[in-house]
Amino acid sequence: MKEMTYKDAINLAMSEEMRKDKNVIFMGEDIGVYGGAFGVSVGMFEEFGEERVKDTPISEAVIVGAAAGAAATGLRPICEMMFMDFITIAMDNLVNQAAKMRYMFGGKAKVPMTLRLPSGSGTGAAAQHTQSLEAWLCHVPGLKVVTASSPAEAKGLLKAAIRDDNPVCFVEHKLLYKMKGEVPVDDEYVLPLGQSYVRKEGTDVTIVTYGTILHRVLEVVEEVEKEGISVEVVDPRTLYPMETQTIVDSVKKTGRAIVVHEAAKTGGLGGEIAAMISESEAFDYLDAPVLRVCGLDTPIPYNRNLEAAVVPSVEAIKEAIYKVMNRK
Amino acid sequence: MALTKEILMEMYLRMNHARHFEEKVAYFFSRGMVHGTTHLSVGQEASGVASAMALDDGDLASLTHRGHSQAIGFGLDINRMMAELLGKETGYCKGKGGSMHIADIENGNLGANGIVGGGYCISTGAALTQQYNKTGKLVLCFSGDGSTNEGTFHEAVNLASIWKLPVIFFIENNLYGMSTHIEKSMNIKDIADRAKSYGIPGIIVDGNDAIEVYETVAKAAEGVRAGKGPVLIESKTYRWQGHSKSDAQAYRTKDEVEEWKEKDPIARLRKFMIDQGMATAEEMDEVEKQAKENMEKAVEFARESPEPPVESVTEDVYA
Repeated sequence: MKEMTYKDAINLAMSEEMRKDKNVIFMGEDIGVYGGAFGVSVGMFEEFGEERVKDTPISEAVIVGAAAGAAATGLRPICEMMFMDFITIAMDNLVNQAAKMRYMFGGKAKVPMTLRLPSGSGTGAAAQHTQSLEAWLCHVPGLKVVTASSPAEAKGLLKAAIRDDNPVCFVEHKLLYKMKGEVPVDDEYVLPLGQSYVRKEGTDVTIVTYGTILHRVLEVVEEVEKEGISVEVVDPRTLYPMETQTIVDSVKKTGRAIVVHEAAKTGGLGGEIAAMISESEAFDYLDAPVLRVCGLDTPIPYNRNLEAAVVPSVEAIKEAIYKVMNRK
Repeated sequence: MALTKEILMEMYLRMNHARHFEEKVAYFFSRGMVHGTTHLSVGQEASGVASAMALDDGDLASLTHRGHSQAIGFGLDINRMMAELLGKETGYCKGKGGSMHIADIENGNLGANGIVGGGYCISTGAALTQQYNKTGKLVLCFSGDGSTNEGTFHEAVNLASIWKLPVIFFIENNLYGMSTHIEKSMNIKDIADRAKSYGIPGIIVDGNDAIEVYETVAKAAEGVRAGKGPVLIESKTYRWQGHSKSDAQAYRTKDEVEEWKEKDPIARLRKFMIDQGMATAEEMDEVEKQAKENMEKAVEFARESPEPPVESVTEDVYA
């Protein structure tokens, strides 16, 4: 174990996989000598050279499309979108090409590519550099969508994403890049995809959440536990295809559920998870309707106070907990 | 890369296969046995077949939505192609792809593409694999005139150029993007001129002349294989039929279509072979007869093939 930042854990995951497998290459805008817009890939160009750490032009569509073509022919490309918002420009190549290639070609193609997507608000960068678009991606069969909320998880899950034979969208909340934590330095520290995790055990309420907002939830949980409310926190980590039994089992135990995420509420994952709980055997155990605490249905504003008001606050999360507790 | 009689006879067979394939597809479509939509390549057989045949074993190709001639040129099996159009389990995509998604990735065919310009980035990536692994192979990226107005054309050609990737962008210019004449969609006469913007060669060929198409692609391939970077070839051709099966063709005259039918690439290759003394009329007749028989067998194979089991609907979403 070694203490390191979330972004260094990502760097370590990529570097270890590149040392292990020469088919792994890395492409994106300014990822070479510059080290990436957020400094995630510092040092990789020096170690692996321009043949494997490839600076591209500002051409998001061909970054993603070329990764798909390279993946279908034997390489295992990782690519970085400078900001998650920019996948809009690459959507045909991600959604119509990479995600569908295997199915529409009768199971003959494998598309082992990883798309790293710096997401989320809190940086003051306004509407086009701060979105959380994971729900879009979760609506596309053929893609896998993964997110990590700690440095160790970032390393373990990213390594699994790189080793996966499907296109994996790896969502990295930008506010986590500087977060520090103990990370296993073992080469084979890989966390399986498609597994949800109980991040913290509890008995009264289940909160399903992920990414940076998970840490805000944990703060709130600590506060309400002083008041005698025990909260279980479940992090799906693989947002799609999501392993749901862990969530269902948790809700059966607690009888109450809240979904919290930063992304806009309407059409978001919160609705999907709430519906999944309602359709499951956990429905009979519910003592209150499933609640959602999500981002507002607005673009992310520039002003700091307004930006903070868009995403779920400590108060809003706490209020939701009180609300489901009082329904009995 | 000399054009031997053997290659030319095979080319003539495949061009005839391509023509008959489309005739069968049109028939099946009219009977509701081929559904959705389909884009026929009648008139473009020299362009699709001769270019793909100029590749070496192990080279790769990506095809367009009007890809039947291209696929047959690349050497795909007409039985499995026809089965795919009828949605059968024996088809290239087990009945899940249809006309616009025929692919044989294991053998280098990166697939037809229902998205206009959808093959540019895929081909560029496949070319990156060839360069990275030093395979000496190249990718032939088929596309149409209309697709050169898509953003991905510019992104992919630019990237392939700066990275010197082994790819030939082969643009079949059949004058129309659906109903819109090329004059209304670009302010230049020749698409080949667009190559200049990316610092690569732009070559024009008569797409109805199989010999010229073959020799041009074969020659371009030499430089591409030697690491000189991509080449753009504009193949001037014409589709005799509408854009798709629902096209009434109000945008062009019958005279124009008739004029192009006079330039029939199949009749032209036949005449060339006979005029050059490379084959007799009887030999060419024999190939034509063979092509017809092969197509009947393909139809029979497809018709007799089983439907995919309904349980297969959820298979192969993930590897």
